[in-house]
Amino acid sequence: MIRVYLSTIDRPAAGKGRRGAALVGGNVVALGTVSLVTDVSAEMVTAVLPLYLVLGLHLSPLAYGVVDGVYTGATALLRIVGGYVADRVRGHKVLAGAGYALSAVAKLGLLAAGRSLAGIGFVVAVDRMGKGLRTAPRDALITLSTPPDALGRAFGVHRTMDAVGAFLGPLVALAVLAGSGQSYDAVFVTSFCVALLGVAVLVLFVRERPPSASVAAPPRPSVRDAVALLRSGDLRRLLLAAVLLGVATIGDGFVYLMLQRRTEIGLLWFPLLAVGTSLAFLLLAAPLGVLADRIGRRLVLLAGYAALAVTYLLLGAPVGGWALLVPALAAYGLYYAATDGVLMALAGPLLPDGLRATGLALVQTGQALAYLASSVLFGLAWSAWGPGAAVLAAAGVAIVAGGTTAGLLFHKGRTA
Amino acid sequence: MNGMSVRVRVLAVLGVAVVLAVVATLYIQGAAARTPSSDGAAAAAGPVTLDAAPVLLTVTDRHVATVSTSDPSGPRTVSGVECVRAYAAGGTGICLQPATPWTYRMVVLDRTLTPVRSADIPGLPNRARVSASGRLVAWTTFVGGDSYNSGGFSTRTGILDTRDGTMVASLEEFTASRDGVVVKAADRNFWGVTFAADDNTFYATMSTGGHRYLMKGDLAARSLHTVADNVECPSLSPDGTRIAFKHAIDGDPTRGWRLSVLDLGTLAVTPLAETASVDDQPAWLSGDTIGYTLRQGDGRPDVWSVPASGGGAPRLLVPGAESPAALDGVTARTNG
Repeated sequence: MIRVYLSTIDRPAAGKGRRGAALVGGNVVALGTVSLVTDVSAEMVTAVLPLYLVLGLHLSPLAYGVVDGVYTGATALLRIVGGYVADRVRGHKVLAGAGYALSAVAKLGLLAAGRSLAGIGFVVAVDRMGKGLRTAPRDALITLSTPPDALGRAFGVHRTMDAVGAFLGPLVALAVLAGSGQSYDAVFVTSFCVALLGVAVLVLFVRERPPSASVAAPPRPSVRDAVALLRSGDLRRLLLAAVLLGVATIGDGFVYLMLQRRTEIGLLWFPLLAVGTSLAFLLLAAPLGVLADRIGRRLVLLAGYAALAVTYLLLGAPVGGWALLVPALAAYGLYYAATDGVLMALAGPLLPDGLRATGLALVQTGQALAYLASSVLFGLAWSAWGPGAAVLAAAGVAIVAGGTTAGLLFHKGRTA
Repeated sequence: MNGMSVRVRVLAVLGVAVVLAVVATLYIQGAAARTPSSDGAAAAAGPVTLDAAPVLLTVTDRHVATVSTSDPSGPRTVSGVECVRAYAAGGTGICLQPATPWTYRMVVLDRTLTPVRSADIPGLPNRARVSASGRLVAWTTFVGGDSYNSGGFSTRTGILDTRDGTMVASLEEFTASRDGVVVKAADRNFWGVTFAADDNTFYATMSTGGHRYLMKGDLAARSLHTVADNVECPSLSPDGTRIAFKHAIDGDPTRGWRLSVLDLGTLAVTPLAETASVDDQPAWLSGDTIGYTLRQGDGRPDVWSVPASGGGAPRLLVPGAESPAALDGVTARTNG
């Protein structure tokens, strides 16, 4: 039947979860390891793909950008399909594994595609499909393997491991390039091997469901059951909060572009802006997850909105240089750390076990589509008003969205 | 699978890891052994100069090389200077070369290919040009990751005055206007500079809102304005009256580009005889001939030429080479 942990949402961990060394369950560590290994593989390719396309194949990257953009919306919708199928066949592990395997095969597809723009577009699409398929079932497995009062730290630890992999990827790619006489093919083959290792870890160590939780399997959900999810007021409010979060997000590209202009850091150092944000995220994700379990996830989520508004205000403020750069990147990393895993931790307990992946996919897709629209709107605002006014408007939107989210999530006087 | 003991599963994953590590290592070592060497085109290492002479400058196997204009498929002289893109005019060369596996730099070369100035440039080398007098140099790079739709690319175009050292790091600093209205859109990108004889006027491409405009720029005034739509990678003719460029078919770059010539007086566009898609900034090899790079199926480049009139037929000029530039001084001479 439908088990909803309304009563336990945001309850502090005190008294229940004092297990000392066991910060998170074994299944979460296994999933974190899969993500770490897979992100090494993915970021290896991401790091060399521009070099490969422009200098290896001599393709026009502007044309590639067109190909790439087409699939973004489609994969957001595929995520819901992946989530629902995982719930329907009760195979979160199988669906997640299929997603990881699809992305692994895509690495070899790059070798097969050669200089064909359509071929490369297809391979990128397959890779994205893999990511779209696996995300919701994987996050569902995390929520199903973790007591509701420890979800914050479970997602915190998982996202930290994920970020570590993203950090290592470019370094591994650099080593492979150096060892292979600048062979991009060698990077793709190595990336494929690393991705396969991730699949092996998933197959061998990730459990579909902890043995203790398998009391009675929930009935197979129908599409009607999935639609009926939206009848839950709590879920509707959280979905709305996720959409608002997407609306408040203008996108990394704009944030870094303004930072680069305001701080006048050399164009050469531009890629390091993303590294700075990732570092802040990596350091903060786990502590904020633990904090969310203690003081309440809604409060941490709202702190994320505050951090986002602070980032925008800093970008619009009359400061420059390091005084802008360091606080802005720290605040931006804080925003990601306080919202990314925390939103999933908030959503998990609101969803029945049998529709966990479907529900999480709904929340993620709502946020992603809202962000897509928001970044286009911000581009228009930038053209019309200039960057300064546009970013102050974005700060206003973030503050209003944060306030509305507070109203939504603290609805009916639920106590934190 | 989870029925196995932890010990068995750990051993299994270690076994998989070892097998995969061996596969990857073997492939990496094999790739290192397969690293391509020179493709056998008759070449002699020797002194390459940028002096005015009836020779064509190209990049061959990523090195600056020259070949006689009268026998362009014949033996060529290859220098030790490594460049991904190169161009030269008026005794000045520009070379975009790797600084590290990830980063590139722009190097200004004198007549003897000796570096006289260099600057690190962001992103991946794309276009390079020198004004006819040799005073101004320009370069374009592709930069990933700062586009607001992630996965997209943007471009950075810089200009250096080699005489007084003034450098424009990015044309985005300039005021750009379209039909008299200043364009402020964040998505505007510039690429493919070509210089006029006065060493102040220049042309370039500006992309914004899905359109790619021919821009006429004024270096001293730090401004640009639109001249025509759907013009990419302009190259000004030696007499300054025509622009050779790549023309996106039906305005859609994903359908490829047709090499064309625009008359600046009448704005009439003449498609050239080359029907294959050309993704290069063309170069005027004389007052009536255009040179450009075409790639074979495996990405290997060849330099071709085609009449600027729209008639005639394309001709394979220098096999296994790219980045053509005529060093016979035709550009400087006709510009006076």
